[in-house]
Amino acid sequence: MLLYYIIKTRDIQKDVVEVETVLTKEQKGKTSPRPDSRSYFQKMAAYKELYLMAIPGIIFLLLFKYLPMYGIIMAFKNYNVMKGIIGSDWVGFKNFIMLFATSDFPLAFRNTLILSVYHLSWGFPVPLIMALLLNEVRSSVLKRSVQTITYIPHFFSWVVISGIFIDILSPSSGIVNTIIQAFGGDPVFFMADPRYIRSILVFSSIWKEAGWGTILYLASITSIDPELYQAAAMDGAGRLHQTWSITIPCLLPTIIILLIMRLGNIMDSNFEQVLMMYSASVFDVTDVIDTYVYRVSFTSLQFGLTSAAGLFKAVINCMLLLTANHVVKRLGGRGMY
Amino acid sequence: MKQTQAEKIFSVFNISFLLIFSLVAVLPFAHIISKSLSDEVAVLTKQVTLWPIGFNLNSYQYVVHSKQFITSLGVSVFVTLAGTLISILLTVLAAYPLTKKDMPLGSLISLLYIITMFFGGGMIPTYLFYKQIGLYDNIWVLILPTAISPFNMILMRNFFESISPTLEESAKMDGASNLRILFQIILPLSKAAIATIGLFYAVSYWNSFFNALLFTGKRSLMPLQLYLRNLIMSTTDLADSDWEARAKVSQESIRAATIIAAMVPILMVYPFLQKYFVKGVMIGAVKG
Repeated sequence: MLLYYIIKTRDIQKDVVEVETVLTKEQKGKTSPRPDSRSYFQKMAAYKELYLMAIPGIIFLLLFKYLPMYGIIMAFKNYNVMKGIIGSDWVGFKNFIMLFATSDFPLAFRNTLILSVYHLSWGFPVPLIMALLLNEVRSSVLKRSVQTITYIPHFFSWVVISGIFIDILSPSSGIVNTIIQAFGGDPVFFMADPRYIRSILVFSSIWKEAGWGTILYLASITSIDPELYQAAAMDGAGRLHQTWSITIPCLLPTIIILLIMRLGNIMDSNFEQVLMMYSASVFDVTDVIDTYVYRVSFTSLQFGLTSAAGLFKAVINCMLLLTANHVVKRLGGRGMY
Repeated sequence: MKQTQAEKIFSVFNISFLLIFSLVAVLPFAHIISKSLSDEVAVLTKQVTLWPIGFNLNSYQYVVHSKQFITSLGVSVFVTLAGTLISILLTVLAAYPLTKKDMPLGSLISLLYIITMFFGGGMIPTYLFYKQIGLYDNIWVLILPTAISPFNMILMRNFFESISPTLEESAKMDGASNLRILFQIILPLSKAAIATIGLFYAVSYWNSFFNALLFTGKRSLMPLQLYLRNLIMSTTDLADSDWEARAKVSQESIRAATIIAAMVPILMVYPFLQKYFVKGVMIGAVKG
């Protein structure tokens, strides 16, 4: 996810720049050596094959991404299956008011934030530390082996990963409890215990993604000028000193950008993971907005209410992401890497 | 460079730490594999740790004899293969026009893709809309809504942009059409990028389960991940169980064997994944 966002922001930056350059080019008529005398439509005609290529994508966007958005108006309606989306009555912001009057939604909102903060504070430093440690390994065979092994879990679905965790933590047959019992302890039903479930969510996502998260840091480390290290070594700096005063400062831009993107993503709660790992006994501490929407929609069929919940999340998410992007763009403007 | 004493000690600790980390990544898999290969008694008496005890393939035999497993495997294989092909085709077609900076409306089209990365209709509106247009309980609902990932599309576009424009220009001089330029000049040069993006898509199709959970109800459309999910979630749902086989296999071994079965295709392409994914991430990060 991290990589995804950093790439995403950079591309968006690029698009903004592109839009700007295209605009200035068009204004100044610099697209051809001579001022372009062709009309807009003549120009479009020259690209007709390319428009044909773009059509399947545009149909895809309209059909699967934009048309479903009209259903968002349900958030402001008292949705009635018989009347349909268009026919249902408008109720203004009543759904939102009702949402916060329930006990479940504010709880889900809180859980979303709490889990994100846990994921951030525990999950964020691990790939960085691992990358720094990997960087100190001299043997490239060992380095590559560690990378190969720790990347693997990234490619498995949450269904598979949860299946494994549920199995090893099972109170009746899981190996963890077998070990606890061997030392004379009582078996613990980890997955159903509100005291442990959040830690399990955080740990399992670190377990799945930490290795993969090192890629970008390792790439940034290789782009550091080796002369810096040579000069430092000349001056008698040891490896630790070099890491502290060269590697980390050089990684700082990457770290800051990744951190901001994570903050922009704080409303996202690893939906598939939670859906796989939570159960009724731990709803109070693990129910996040997405699982709330899914569960309540299909148990109580209050589509108006849950659409409002979805929209609430989507709007906050969108604002956070745009803000994060803006900040990163401004940082990126200084040519950070 | 000469190492000081302190550095040597650090090095030993560092390597041990990384090895432990790698072990932590691998041990759960080893445990599950052992469970799937051990005999029932050993599993039930919790003797199995990291090596199969009473090696046998009963649980795998049980799994492949389950009708639902075979159906689900078929759904997943179809969705992954057809989906990846469709996705590659659509992504290439979508990405190429956007490399033409002076195409009128080009930046608007780009913007349409980018907006979808930030904002969407949400679960329920999307669910109702797909139901309305007849996608509910339709195999294509597992493919079409995720056919183009804007992220992959931009990655592809960035790659196309890195190809020298002089090639294209000279082909244009010779009177080649845009379509021919794309298929005869650009694509042969983009094999690595296409492989990367194809793998991105294949892994995400193989791993996805939520669309199936939301948009399908028929058991004949249940992909493997969803079948596995039901198996993990329930303790008694072995609806199509073959009692004779069941007598010899524990529920846990069956679950373990199904988990492994869902992992195998990923493991098979893992060498390529590692090679191309890392490269793909780099294209995006360095080029961006």
